[in-house]
Amino acid sequence: MKTSSPMKWFASREGLYYLGLAALLLIILPMFLDSFRLNMVGKYLTYAFVAVGLVMCWGKAGILSLGQGIFFGLGGYCMAMFLKLEASTPEATAIQSTPGIPDFMDWNQITELPWFWEPFHSFAFTLFAVIGVPMLLAFIIGLAMFTRRVGGVYFAIITQAIAAILTILIIGQQGFTGGVNGITDLQTLKGWDIRSDEARTTLYFICVGMLFLVLFVARFVQNSKLGRILVAMNAQEMRVRFSGYDVAAFKIFVFCLAAAFAGIGGAMFTLLVGFMSPSFIGIVASIEMVIFCALGGRLSILGAVYGALLVNVAKSGFSESFPELWPFAMGALFIGVVLAFPNGMAGLYKSYVMPLEDKIFKRNKGEANAAAKPAAPMPTAEKGDDYDPMTDHYSPEKS
Amino acid sequence: MSAANSKNKDFLLAVEGLTVSFDGFKAVDDLSFYLDPKEIRVIIGPNGAGKTTVLDLICGKTRASSGSIKFAGKELTKLKEHQIVHSGVGRKFQTPSVFEDLTVFENLEVSYPKGHSVMGALAFKRDAEVVAAVEEVAKTIFLTDALNESAASLSHGQKQWLEIGMLLIQKPALLMLDEPVAGMSVAERKKTAELLRVITKDHTVLVIEHDMQFVGDIADRVTVMHQGKVLSEGSIEHVKSDPKVIEVYLGH
Repeated sequence: MKTSSPMKWFASREGLYYLGLAALLLIILPMFLDSFRLNMVGKYLTYAFVAVGLVMCWGKAGILSLGQGIFFGLGGYCMAMFLKLEASTPEATAIQSTPGIPDFMDWNQITELPWFWEPFHSFAFTLFAVIGVPMLLAFIIGLAMFTRRVGGVYFAIITQAIAAILTILIIGQQGFTGGVNGITDLQTLKGWDIRSDEARTTLYFICVGMLFLVLFVARFVQNSKLGRILVAMNAQEMRVRFSGYDVAAFKIFVFCLAAAFAGIGGAMFTLLVGFMSPSFIGIVASIEMVIFCALGGRLSILGAVYGALLVNVAKSGFSESFPELWPFAMGALFIGVVLAFPNGMAGLYKSYVMPLEDKIFKRNKGEANAAAKPAAPMPTAEKGDDYDPMTDHYSPEKS
Repeated sequence: MSAANSKNKDFLLAVEGLTVSFDGFKAVDDLSFYLDPKEIRVIIGPNGAGKTTVLDLICGKTRASSGSIKFAGKELTKLKEHQIVHSGVGRKFQTPSVFEDLTVFENLEVSYPKGHSVMGALAFKRDAEVVAAVEEVAKTIFLTDALNESAASLSHGQKQWLEIGMLLIQKPALLMLDEPVAGMSVAERKKTAELLRVITKDHTVLVIEHDMQFVGDIADRVTVMHQGKVLSEGSIEHVKSDPKVIEVYLGH
């Protein structure tokens, strides 16, 4: 699918949309926002990782997970455990009754670092765990659910229950997890102070870089045959099964992929915000993540990024003035999106903005189509001009 | 059951003592029949006779309560659906089930028997071989001009053909078609008969059909089912003149 040159891709419609997002995140926002606001945007972007995963999992494959906070949280906690251990040197914790362990453990009369904390002394292991732990749990859940053909609303409820269980577990096991306060007072990453303004700005750019990496992985999967199988599975699961595919394996794959994305987002969240707590991973947080995805357009990878950004900007703006009204506004937003524009902002963009673009740039679609017709069907990825931002699908013009 | 296994080698499909009961109701009851390679067999019978259930059992959609289904010497009752497909059984459903979000080309491509594992699907490349196979099948099913169209825009008959095409591209040894001409216009019906005649040249085909004219046109042998059992079996003339068949199905 990489037959067309990268330069050509950047000049295509889809390429320009990606460039536009890159310009916004890498140039425009850093130019106009101070380091505090930029850090906030970085925090919002960590949710975009989850939303992109949901586009693949829910939008494409039709698997609605109301528990993506689980994986976001696991990734975030893995990173937080590493940072906490680094902050808990015997010298820094000399006043504790057991120096060298995280402070909350000492408060809970724990005298020895639990075994599952040990590997998090290693940064390499932590980086692996940020992706590996969420994927492992997603694999186990997927194996248990999808091979038994549990799906739809039942699956959504089970993921929500797991999110609740995980939150309760973390809060209950205060001595091992920091409880309801979470893991706080994180200071340095490999000796680099992550609380300074410069560090936060650097972390913001790392976050944007990781996000684009995730976007390209998602785009690769979506444009592969696997992506088409996911879409096919959504509507005609039985036909896919009787075309010789092990449907459960594909569902497990996409669920794990979404979990991995969420885990990376969670780790970036911990780095940008400086702590991790159960409030970011529970049922409410998980449902909010689905709203980011739905508002952006649940079929559009780029839409998910804008959805996460906009909802969070609205949320912080709104809750500064009317904190108690935000949940109602959020609920109304979700119902509104589902009822009025099921394809979210990407759908609206396609119906209203794209025709304008066509007019302005005088793109002659008819000509492009006529040229494409007589040739043998080409790999879809090359049909840059037929790019559909709503579905990210390159299907030739319908009718 | 196991004693009979060795002598089944010559049949492509040997169904023996097949029974499935849903909450005590035996939809298929101790059913046995055998298909020779390249045979065209049509199953007929009144509503509720268990015809579709038989196809469901063979392709693994429904699990048998007891009995055996041997296909090319392989026991199918213990395999998963996709494994049954890989061993060479293709199944078309009664209502057209194609992927409406994909183009006709993509529908056929997804059905192409390569890259069926997760990693295989990620690494799958649309090479000349795939394009050639898709175009060849598209020609057979009269959809060459519609390759780039969304499958949702096809007519009912075209969708049926597309689904048949999706089976053909798998190159199955056994094709199972559930009422392939149901809901089709007269013209589409004629074209489908033509299509089936082409297909039946090099496939073994098991068809469920009600249209006796159509059955007579294509069948080598006919199996009449009634209440989950075989009522009669043989040539079309044989079953048409069988008093039991006239009694329960054809009418006087």
